[in-house]
Amino acid sequence: MNTTFDFEKPIADLQGQIDKIKQVSEKTKVDMSETLTELETQLARTRKDIYSNLTGWQNVQISRHPERPYTLAYIEMICDDFIEMHGDRTVGDDKAIVGGFGTLNGETVMFIGHQKGINTKMRQYRNFGMANPEGYRKALRLMKLAEKFNKPVVTLIDTPGAYPGLEAEERGQGEAIARNLLEMSVLQVPIICIIIGEGASGGALGIGIGDRVLMLEHSWYSVISPENCSAILWRTWDFKERAAESLKLTAENMLKNKLIDGIIKEPLGGAHYDPATMASTIKDQILKDLHKLRSRDIDTVVKERIEKFCSMGVVVE
Amino acid sequence: MAWFKRDKKGIITSTEEKKEAPDGLWNKCPNCKKALHYADQVENKYVCHYCGYHLRIGSKEYFSVLFDNNQFTELFENLHSGDPLEFKDNKNYTERLQESYTKTGLKDAIRAAHGKINNHDLVIACMDFNFIGGSMGSVVGEKIARSIDYCIEHKIPFLMISKSGGARMMEAAFSLMQMAKTSAKLALLSKAKIPYISLLTDPTTGGVTASYAMLGDINISEPGALIGFAGPRVIKETIKKDLPKGFQTSEFVLEHGFLDFIVDRRQMKNKIGTFLQMMKS
Ligand SMILES: [Zn+2]
Repeated sequence: MNTTFDFEKPIADLQGQIDKIKQVSEKTKVDMSETLTELETQLARTRKDIYSNLTGWQNVQISRHPERPYTLAYIEMICDDFIEMHGDRTVGDDKAIVGGFGTLNGETVMFIGHQKGINTKMRQYRNFGMANPEGYRKALRLMKLAEKFNKPVVTLIDTPGAYPGLEAEERGQGEAIARNLLEMSVLQVPIICIIIGEGASGGALGIGIGDRVLMLEHSWYSVISPENCSAILWRTWDFKERAAESLKLTAENMLKNKLIDGIIKEPLGGAHYDPATMASTIKDQILKDLHKLRSRDIDTVVKERIEKFCSMGVVVE
Repeated sequence: MAWFKRDKKGIITSTEEKKEAPDGLWNKCPNCKKALHYADQVENKYVCHYCGYHLRIGSKEYFSVLFDNNQFTELFENLHSGDPLEFKDNKNYTERLQESYTKTGLKDAIRAAHGKINNHDLVIACMDFNFIGGSMGSVVGEKIARSIDYCIEHKIPFLMISKSGGARMMEAAFSLMQMAKTSAKLALLSKAKIPYISLLTDPTTGGVTASYAMLGDINISEPGALIGFAGPRVIKETIKKDLPKGFQTSEFVLEHGFLDFIVDRRQMKNKIGTFLQMMKS
């Protein structure tokens, strides 16, 4: 792993010790297997300790790990076939949202997701996963296409927010997201939404209305990023850790508050430690949920989708 | 998502506060700085009669401008905010709410009411910017949702008057989901073929723009209102350029195709009345 976080230092230290002992043992031919076993047990325990007690901010860091798999990587790993489709048929093709039909164990599914870039050049090309109105309109166009041919929709959410640009405003960023919220709430096919990384605000919700809304274990979902929350409340980014706690943006908190339907376990340390396993877990979850949703009358599914979102919120009478 | 007050233009205090203030019989137009007497403001629907500037007003004033004889039945008035996240910045959310109750005399950033406009039944839900920047929390979402249910049940058109800095950060993801909730309800209203008019007033930004405010059968506004998704400051910081003059005004939004018309507040009641009449006959 090229990028390790501060809180992973004890792990890196232990790993370093182990590597060193292995080298020495090889060179000197002295048997050090007892020490090694002990250290490896300690390493396993440390990893488990650290990754099962992450703070909100540490989860945010993992969700942004540069080697974390993005939408197209997952699609490639879980689909037998995939045909990417482009364009909103009005203005252009947004590179920050991708989509197309894929097959999953023989079943055709419309996949739509935010796409971040894998290197500096691609990050710019993908606009850091921040979509313009065209992205949301492309997503809607593809969802309507799925509805027409009675294919379920799976969305993969990973965005630091909808793009706050000049052209985005001219072309109606607000209207584009709003339209998706309305249309998705009554789309006549099953929808599964999975937050695979960052779920920031309306930019995430714009493809986030589903019958099953799931979060990967270390992803986050809220109305604002911790940095921007800190900037507004304390006029500086320095309180981002505190903001991350206050926002209760982890998968665990979101499930506890009944704002999502479930959590998908990640490989120990995060999806980037074992993308193949992560992809296969996601695939199993999608198949399981699709099977359940497909077995039910679509009118009931849609009715319950609407009721679920309408029950969210805490008011006192 | 700046729910706090913009400091550029003054915010007109509510009429209650005005009467009690020693100099409360007049205040200055934030645009032309001329003195406006309170009686003239009421008479002129809170539009400056020197320069036409539309003063920022709240639900109390909009109800009086629009409802026949200022008669209406308030709906769901006892909804209050909970504190599901026990949110705390430099102040507890519960304290912030208490202060806002005292300061504004309001129960949250929205009021809903059923009344008549040129003798047509209408439900109006109107946001109050004075209450935590008109931010959208659970109460705002729930009142809109219940208003829509009421409209469907009684077959009455719905007018939403938006005025908001966006989401209420202290309710975090609960606030975000109000966008989903209100949009889903509007889908049902639309299916029932009941007219929905969205009036976007100064300012309407953030999650409010990206949900119910942009979903009207007709979207309308007042002259010179700030309407946008991202706040102007955020955009400026992102693109590292100055914004063109008139960017994100209602005139700009009309020009780009997201509003049906802009109406002077003094003609608003009749124009809405005419639209409602047309939908009936
Ligand atoms: Zn004036």
